[in-house]
Amino acid sequence: MSTPDAEAALVLPAVAPAPRTGAAPAAAPAKRRGTAPADRAVARAGILFVAPALVVIGGFFLLPVLAAFALSFTDFDLYALGDPSSVRAVGVGNYATLLADPEFWAALRNTLYFVFVGGPLTVALSLGAALLLTAKVTRLKGVFRTVLFSPVVTTLVAVALVWRYLLHTRYGLLNAGLGALGIGPIDWLGDPAWAMPSLILLAVWKNFGYTMLVFVAGLAAVPEELYEAARLDGAGTRALFRHVTLPSIAPTFLFVGVITAIGYFQLFAEPYVMTQGGPAGATVSVVYLMFTQGFKWWSLGYASAIAFVLFALMLAGTALQLRLQRRADAQ
Amino acid sequence: MTARALLLSAALVASALASCQPAADAPVVLQFWAMGREGEVVGPLVREFEQENPGVRVEVQQVPWSAAHEKLLTAYAGRSTPDVSPVGNTWIPEMAALGAVDTLDTFAATSPVVRRADFFPGTWDTNVVGGHLYGIPWYVDTRVLFYRRDLMALAGYEAVPTTWAGWREAMLAVQRTGRARYGVLLPLNEPEPLAILALQQPGGLLRDGDRYGNFDSPGFRRAFAFYLSLYRDGLAPTVDQTQVANVYQEFARGTFAFYITGPWNLGEFRARLPDSLQSAWTTAPMPGPAGPGASTAGGSSLVVFNRSAHKPEALALVEFLSRPAIQARFYALTGDLPARPDAWATPGLADDPHAAAFREQLTRVVPAPAVPEQERIAQRIREVAELAVRGRITPDDAIATLDRDVDAMLDKRRWLLDRQAARAAPVAAAVPARP
Repeated sequence: MSTPDAEAALVLPAVAPAPRTGAAPAAAPAKRRGTAPADRAVARAGILFVAPALVVIGGFFLLPVLAAFALSFTDFDLYALGDPSSVRAVGVGNYATLLADPEFWAALRNTLYFVFVGGPLTVALSLGAALLLTAKVTRLKGVFRTVLFSPVVTTLVAVALVWRYLLHTRYGLLNAGLGALGIGPIDWLGDPAWAMPSLILLAVWKNFGYTMLVFVAGLAAVPEELYEAARLDGAGTRALFRHVTLPSIAPTFLFVGVITAIGYFQLFAEPYVMTQGGPAGATVSVVYLMFTQGFKWWSLGYASAIAFVLFALMLAGTALQLRLQRRADAQ
Repeated sequence: MTARALLLSAALVASALASCQPAADAPVVLQFWAMGREGEVVGPLVREFEQENPGVRVEVQQVPWSAAHEKLLTAYAGRSTPDVSPVGNTWIPEMAALGAVDTLDTFAATSPVVRRADFFPGTWDTNVVGGHLYGIPWYVDTRVLFYRRDLMALAGYEAVPTTWAGWREAMLAVQRTGRARYGVLLPLNEPEPLAILALQQPGGLLRDGDRYGNFDSPGFRRAFAFYLSLYRDGLAPTVDQTQVANVYQEFARGTFAFYITGPWNLGEFRARLPDSLQSAWTTAPMPGPAGPGASTAGGSSLVVFNRSAHKPEALALVEFLSRPAIQARFYALTGDLPARPDAWATPGLADDPHAAAFREQLTRVVPAPAVPEQERIAQRIREVAELAVRGRITPDDAIATLDRDVDAMLDKRRWLLDRQAARAAPVAAAVPARP
C-alpha cells in the first residue's frame, strides 16, 4: 500500500536527475503577494481540485486502514462474522500472541531471508544488465531490453507452472543441467533448505527487468562530459564506475533499493502458487501468514495485527535505507 | 457546470443499474457453484433440470476444490453466496454457525425423494448440527487403499492384511521384491492419512464436549507413532503432492505400491493407467490397529444459502440431484459414489470390483468433530505432523504443540459455550431455589 507513495516521493530524483553542468534556469522572482481575497479564492479552488481525490483516498484507503487498526484490538473471527455480538475487545492481546507465536517468527525469518538475499541479488543483476545494455559496444539493444523485460509482464501463475517443471527433481531442466555437470539432483521445492532459494531465483528472474529499466534511464542521464573528464584524468573502467557512474545514479539506486525492499517484504504470490507455504513451512512469509489467518480462517483481528506489524517493519526498513543514503550523500 | 456533470453521470449510472434488473417474466436464475470435476461434467444433468422446470435457468460456476472453502467464506462476507452449492460435509458446522445456510428439516420431512432412511446414515448425520439438518448428501467420500495387486502377489500376498502390523509387513515384503521403491504414498500436504489412523483409535481428536485438544492421549500417540514410522522406515517417501508430477505415472512405474485415496480416483485410475496395468490394481478397505479399520465419513452435501432469493427453486434442484436415477448418472459422469444405497444398484457400480471396498468401508466410517474449527484443526495437525516427519521437532514436541495450538483455536468456542451456559444457568438455578 505504501508503494505508490514511495514511488511518488522518489521517482522524480530517479528518472530526471538535474543536469549539474548545464546553465541553471533563471530563478523566478519570489515576490508574488496578491490581495487576501484572491488568495482565498485560489485556496478554495485548490481544495475543490483535490477534494475528489481526498474523498476517494479517505473512503477507500484511510477509513479501511483505521478500521483494520481498530480490528487488530479485537478477536474478530468466524463466529463474529455470523454474530457480531461475539466480538471481544482484547487490547494488545493479538500483538502479544503474535510476538509469542513461533509461526510468526518463522514467517518473519523467511521474509527477511527473501528480502536480504533476493533484494541485493535483484539490484545487482539489474544494474549489471543495465550497464551491459547501455554499453557502447552492445548491439541489438532493443531486442535485449525486450527479452530481459519480458518476465515482468508475464503472469506469475503461468510462469510458476513452467518454473515448477524447470525445478522438478526428476524431470526438471535445472537438475538435468546440474546432472551434466556431475552434481546430484536437488529437491528444489521439496527440501526446506532449497525451497526459499528456488523462490528467490524465480522472483529475481521475474522482477529484475523492471529495476533494470529504471537503471537504464538513470544511466542515460549521466552526462557524457563527466566520463570524458574522468578519462582525461586517466581513470580506468573500474574507477569510472566507482567514481562517476555510482555517485551519478545514487538517487536511482536508492529508489530501486526502496521499491525492491518494499515489494519483497510483501512476498506472497510466489509461495502461494509454487509451494503453498511448504515444505515444512519454509516458504510461509508474513503476508502469506496474514492471508491464511485472515482469509482462510477468518481470524481477521489477528490478521490485522500481523498487517500492522508488517507495516511498522517496512516503515522502519525504508527509514533505515533513507538514512543510510543520506549519510552516504553527506560523505 | 461541475454539478451538472455530476448529476448527469449519476443519472447515467442509475440508468445503467436499472437496466441490470431482470424483467418480470424472465426465468429465475439459480447460481450453482460446483467444485472440481463435478463442475466440469454436471452440465447435462442441469440442462435436464431446466427442461423439467422451464421457468428456471441454472448458471453453473466452476470452483476449484483447493479454493472452495475460502471462496465460500469470502462470498458469505461479501453477501454474494450462490443459491445452491455442494460443500465438504466437514464445513457444515462452520456454515451453520455463521448462519450462512438454511436448515433443511422441513424439506427432509416433506420431500418424497430426500429421506434419511434412503441415505447412508453415517454420512447423513455429518449434516446435522445441534439437532438441525443443514445439508443433503450429494455423494459420499471415504478413503481406502488403492494398491498394485500384481506387486502384492509377487511378494506372496493374496489380499491386503487387515491389521496395521500385517499391512506394514506386506509393504516391506513388496519393497523387498525390488519392483516397488516405496510401500505407500502419503503426500505430506494431505491431512487425511493421519486423520484416518487417528480416528481408528478410541478417544477422538477433541475432548470435553469438543472444548480441548485430545492429542496427548494413548490413542493419538499410537496413531502418530505408526504414521511417523512409515516415513522413518522408508516405506513412505517424504514428498508432498506438488512434487509428485503425476501420481498415475508413478503408480504405474511402481514408485509406490499403495495409495490412500478416494472414490474420484476409481475413474482416474481406469482412464490414466496403461491398459496393461488395468487388471493389476484394485482397492481394499483400510486396515486398523487390530482388524478392519474405520475411515473418514467424508462427502459433499448440497446446501441452500440463506441469502438465496429463490429457495423453492433451489430446493427443487437439490431434490432433482438427489433422485436415485440422477445419482446413478452422476456416478457415471464423475465416479463420485452415490449417497443413497439404492443408487448403487446401477450397472457399472454394482458389478465394479473396485467399488466393493468402498461399499464395505462405508459401513465403517467415523465423522470428524462437528466444530467450525475442524478444517483449521485438520490443517494444523498436518503442518505439525510434517515438521515431525521431517525431523524438525520430536514427536513429543509435536503432540504438545498440537494440544497447545488446538486449545488456543477452541478458546472462542469455549467462551461461547460458557456464555450460552451462563445465559441458561440463572433459570436453571432459580428452579431448585424455590421452596
